Amino acid sequence: MTNDILILTENILDSVTILCLVGISISLILLVYRVLSGPTNADRAVALDAIGINLVAVAAFVSVILVTTKLNDAILLIAILSFLGTVAIAKYLEKGVIIDRDMD
Amino acid sequence: MGFMKREERFNIMYKPNNLILRTTTSLISFILLGFAIYLLLAGHNSPGGGFVGGLVTSASIILLYMAYGKNSVDEILPINYRLLIPIGLVIAILTGAGSFLFGVPFLTHTFGTVELPLYGEIELATAMLFDLGVYFTVLGSTITIILSIANDKKIVD
Repeated sequence: MTNDILILTENILDSVTILCLVGISISLILLVYRVLSGPTNADRAVALDAIGINLVAVAAFVSVILVTTKLNDAILLIAILSFLGTVAIAKYLEKGVIIDRDMD
Repeated sequence: MGFMKREERFNIMYKPNNLILRTTTSLISFILLGFAIYLLLAGHNSPGGGFVGGLVTSASIILLYMAYGKNSVDEILPINYRLLIPIGLVIAILTGAGSFLFGVPFLTHTFGTVELPLYGEIELATAMLFDLGVYFTVLGSTITIILSIANDKKIVD
């Protein structure tokens, strides 16, 4: 009886993971459309930030599917680089330069 | 200020600064440096290595440059980043050529275990020395590229 329940939960976990991966892929495609044809640059910045978050989610689901913890460093690295890119784009939109000469 | 229009009030109060960026940079930059050292040391038998460690270190320094401006960071970190590229290449070549001393082919690496008093047994590999050379080369070349792109405009005033 308990064995059946364990097998059932394992199947549910597999199917839910695949389903979430498909949903995040659709979200990524829509976000790439938003990056390519955003009306303003602020839309592109927000879409690029959301793409970074979705890439973190994709890497996390791949590590769930592969049953490994080796991808945790890669997940942290994707998040850090996405944060840096968002900061750079936001500073470019606000001030026009990314690395300015002096502290104002 | 109650009698002003919204645009006038906005023009007076609006002065762009990056206070939040500076406050978070002083925290995040050191977390990034620690993560880079971890990636460098964990390199040879788990994800990581010299290349990613150098990239994360350069990301941390670029974050400092973005928050505090070029002149301030040049005073804080007076490092000639072009000099790091030949230093890293020489370290990598010497590590590769060091295998000739033991009569084995070029770039052969080995490892051994060392007993520490409190920590226990750790594993030291000579591939980490090669990773150190890769680390310095990637760090120097990445920051040289980004600073060269950022400073191509002449000072007008």
